[in-house]
Amino acid sequence: MVSVSVDLLLDPLRYGFLVRGLAAALLIGALCAVVGTYVVLKGFAFIGDALAHIAFTGIVVAFLSGFALTLGALAAALVAGLGIGLIHRRVGLSTDTAIGILFSGVFALGLVLMSVGIKTYTVDLFSYVFGDILSVRAVDLLTIACLSGLVLLVVVLLYKELLFVSFDPVVAEASGLPGGVLQLLLLTLLSVTVVVSVQAVGVVLVVAMLVTPSATAYLLTDRFHRVMLAGAGFGAFSALVGFYLSYYLNVPSGGAIVLVASALFALVAMLSPRRAALRLLVRR
Amino acid sequence: MSVSAQIELASRVQPADGGEPVILVERLTTGYHRVPILEEVTFSVPRGALVGVIGPNGSGKSTLFRAILGLLRAWQGRVLIEGQPARPRPEIAYLPQSETVDWGFPVTVWDVVMMGRYPRLGFLRRPGARDRELVERALEQVRMQDERNRPIGALSGGQRQRVFLARALAQEPSILLLDEPVSGVDAPTQHFIFELLEQLCASGCTALVASHDLSCVAQRFSQVLLLNRRMHGFGPPERVFTEELLNRTFNMHLMLLRYGERVIVVESPDDGLREC
Repeated sequence: MVSVSVDLLLDPLRYGFLVRGLAAALLIGALCAVVGTYVVLKGFAFIGDALAHIAFTGIVVAFLSGFALTLGALAAALVAGLGIGLIHRRVGLSTDTAIGILFSGVFALGLVLMSVGIKTYTVDLFSYVFGDILSVRAVDLLTIACLSGLVLLVVVLLYKELLFVSFDPVVAEASGLPGGVLQLLLLTLLSVTVVVSVQAVGVVLVVAMLVTPSATAYLLTDRFHRVMLAGAGFGAFSALVGFYLSYYLNVPSGGAIVLVASALFALVAMLSPRRAALRLLVRR
Repeated sequence: MSVSAQIELASRVQPADGGEPVILVERLTTGYHRVPILEEVTFSVPRGALVGVIGPNGSGKSTLFRAILGLLRAWQGRVLIEGQPARPRPEIAYLPQSETVDWGFPVTVWDVVMMGRYPRLGFLRRPGARDRELVERALEQVRMQDERNRPIGALSGGQRQRVFLARALAQEPSILLLDEPVSGVDAPTQHFIFELLEQLCASGCTALVASHDLSCVAQRFSQVLLLNRRMHGFGPPERVFTEELLNRTFNMHLMLLRYGERVIVVESPDDGLREC
């Protein structure tokens, strides 16, 4: 019995591309939840969604002009992230409409460019829309690992500054912290995270990976760093279970991973429904 | 001897200070989105002063604080802090009026007060023993030491104000800018907060406090700034608290009742008393 279940777990790992896929999924699951803690607490979910759609257009443009796809996605997301940051600072908080117009327009451009410029629909590009963890090549895994490491390093090194500016931007800036720069840095970290995740879970589902595991953790603890760590745990766990579901049930990896994350959230919310309702209500 | 003369006698002595003013505001005009909020405001504050900033809602109290903090640029005139142009720095602690923070944020009382240390620490440094000591002391000063492990979302409005005051104190400020620090705070707490402010100012801290409680300001503050877009008066309460100046500031009829060294401001004959 035990050996059968161990075999079930080890079976997919006989193939190199499956090992790479699993490694990428675990990394992304944890990274998304760490950055997602800020997303949940700052109400940046819509911005995360927008960045994913804009990154897609960057991928299409890079594909058409022969650049590395990740580079195109990164460039588009970084520019969009900084742009959104500046709009946010100038106009104030109700920038949803402006961001909505901008990102759906840019995404539409990406879709049109894809159909005009690419005569034979390549699996390559579609894997970015719906996410395909098994399309992760060795070089992709290396990129994911490096960028994840960079983002996590910044989060650790600037932990206290990012905490202060997320919690109370006005006083943080009044007491001498570079509030504007830190807010833009946060959006940059979000842009990089979105780009890293798009290939594995797809444009549409990136926001779920950002929000759901950290929101689950948020239901369980009152300390910021614990939300981050528990969220990373939930994210990685969802990636692991989702990966095996995807392999054995032959369903898309992105969908499977997000379903597991959503089920975890539902489970935790049901175990403490009153607390969940209270906490989510406080969250605007 | 007249009542007002008695008040003059009972007025507190200005803390001695030979040097330059800690805060110098000179013909300051500023505002938001091209709409001026403050016009031609001029005053200077010596070290150790406890200044009450008085004015109706929308009179520019918070705008003045933001200009002193260097968060808002002067359109005309200037703001000098210890001789230097205003800019955000850890030496000036700020308690905003209506905290715009998210009360569901997963931080405890201790976490929030420790944030006061962050700008002092600088990048890449972690809080050490001295920082923990200062946080401890700040919590004791506002009498919140027993609540240190509670999430801020679980506190009452008055307790939250005290936690943010503690964060300001943990910053080791030489200037405190408090925007209505006692709104939503019960009477005994209000009393000890003002005692705490008096102690801090006696030991060389300078504080500007926006308050709606006119009687309280009249009794406890060394200086009063009457503000309503323009400055309507600045000086010791005995001199500035006249019916004429107050009525001009608030655009309504206020009456002053004086009992010995106490001044009570009555909002209008029927509106009842507000007493410290």
